[in-house]
Amino acid sequence: MKSESRDREIEVEGCDAVLPSPFSKIRSLNMQLTLEFGGGLELLCESVKVHKVNVDTPNEAEKLTMKDLLSWVSTNLIKERPEMFMKGDSVRPGVLVLVNDCDWELSGQLDTTLEEKDVVVFISTLHGG
Amino acid sequence: MVTNGGGSGDADVSRILSEIETLKVAKSDIERRISLLESQLCDTATTANIEGKSDAVSNGYCPLISAVHSNINHDLTPDSVYRYSRHLLLPSFGVQGQSNLLKSSILVVGAGGLGSPALLYLAACGVGRLGIVDHDVVELNNMHRQVVHTEAYIGQPKVKSAAATCRSYSDGIFCFVVSVLRSSDKEVFSRINSTIQIVEYQEALRTSNALEILSQYDIVVDATDNAPSRYMISDCCVVLGKPLVSGAALGLEGQLTVYNYNGGPCYRCLFPTPPPTTACQRCSDSGVLGVVPGIIGCLQALEAIKIASAVGEPLSGRMLLFDALSARIRIVKIRGRSSQCEVCGEDSAFTQQQFRNFDYEKFTRAPLSPLPLKLNLLPADSRISSKEYKEKIDNGESHVLVDVRPAHHFKIVSLPNSINVPLANLEARLPEISKALKEEEECKADNSDSGASLYVICRRGNDSQRAVQCLQKMGFNSARDIIGGLESWAHDVEPNFPTY
Repeated sequence: MKSESRDREIEVEGCDAVLPSPFSKIRSLNMQLTLEFGGGLELLCESVKVHKVNVDTPNEAEKLTMKDLLSWVSTNLIKERPEMFMKGDSVRPGVLVLVNDCDWELSGQLDTTLEEKDVVVFISTLHGG
Repeated sequence: MVTNGGGSGDADVSRILSEIETLKVAKSDIERRISLLESQLCDTATTANIEGKSDAVSNGYCPLISAVHSNINHDLTPDSVYRYSRHLLLPSFGVQGQSNLLKSSILVVGAGGLGSPALLYLAACGVGRLGIVDHDVVELNNMHRQVVHTEAYIGQPKVKSAAATCRSYSDGIFCFVVSVLRSSDKEVFSRINSTIQIVEYQEALRTSNALEILSQYDIVVDATDNAPSRYMISDCCVVLGKPLVSGAALGLEGQLTVYNYNGGPCYRCLFPTPPPTTACQRCSDSGVLGVVPGIIGCLQALEAIKIASAVGEPLSGRMLLFDALSARIRIVKIRGRSSQCEVCGEDSAFTQQQFRNFDYEKFTRAPLSPLPLKLNLLPADSRISSKEYKEKIDNGESHVLVDVRPAHHFKIVSLPNSINVPLANLEARLPEISKALKEEEECKADNSDSGASLYVICRRGNDSQRAVQCLQKMGFNSARDIIGGLESWAHDVEPNFPTY
């Protein structure tokens, strides 16, 4: 997703995006993303809040959507109580999803297209006080 | 010169004491006369003032305090000029900002970790009328974060304690206090320095009283600690058209935003469906670093002050996320008002009557005034009381005690000779329990023929039941839980046992 408000504090290691192969029409992009979990969701991924990950686009797809990312996160990062993260094919009620510091409702929710070095935050709303 | 005893020393002391006494009497007489004169001055000024002349406070669409409450000065008194001079010196705030503030009314729901700092700053800054709602009493384990309360008020209503502190904050040399006890005796009005009024609501906010209370204020600050209250307060603010400054804190994180401000989203636009109850952690279970709600509460006061004074840009349509551990504050853009919102949306017809009848506890499957959970999963013969367990120890019964609390709880306090196997790891660590039972049996083989018993304990007696269910399923048929956990041990057996 295009955004001016990219988090500048995130250090990005060497850019190693896979270039499209000239020999094949079937190409799978590898995208470097920063995923952050907060408001207790980090407990579902071994208490690690910030994850720098490389995600492949699904077979033959030329883009990576939030829907693809959610399924990747469920498979690769969520280690326990998956029902605390997902409900159906989206996040459970009470979880805010932010793509480059912007509510995913404003960028198309599950259909949001992700771009290299995007920062995606999953945060559970707090009720304490 | 200091004298250690002796007639002349005693005479000196008594002379000084008597002089102090005389001066104190004179001082209190002067103070009383000043008070009287100030009250006369205030009455004269109020009568001389013509209502409704001032500029509107552009805080969304909420009514001006002057429209609700007529007994407010429009101009800053000389005392106010001096007291709020540092506000007046701010070019962007100035006389207009302070004047708006003095005419505004703010309701803080919850006098806990968030409400404490919010109330302190709101009382000090010169909000015209400050309401406090809370049904709870002050406890020792509140003190590390609920900084508005003092030890002297432990066991007393939080509202009373918070109001007393707020009054002392805004109480100056020129203050006079007039208390009017309302017929309901639930609300005590106290006017301080002719501009600040503190109103106490020593009751839980419910659908039955929320409309009446909230309608008397320009701005509402949500400083509560549970999901049903948050939905209820937001809905009530929508129905009444009040801006809502919402804050939350837990553990080492905090969140802040302004709802229902100038066409912005409400709580339900963001969270149309309540979260599962298991996702609603509480400070009393998960812990909270005291300063974290302190920071969020201060920011709530700031947002409320900005709206009340009509200065600056409120945090509407944006949310502040605070992570204390990594020292990061992130401000994100959130969705606008949802046209499909069931309460504030275009087609919504959510009325005051519907609000009154709405069951927020059912909607969120959580109680408005949460009490600790008390499960009852096991038959009576799978449970023993803490007193019975004490007898078994005294009789030297051969047994193993498994404490299934998380390791960091176990470090706070534990019973002697208990072994810590957290519930989350129970299945994986069954061999440890088998081993402990075997050792116990070998050790006391001569005076027992039925093997060692297995008891399970936790903090309050819920996880211990879950653990016993699991253990019995895995073949440990004799496993039994200690009813009420360590809390009941502290209550019924060992009063000096630390509780948390």
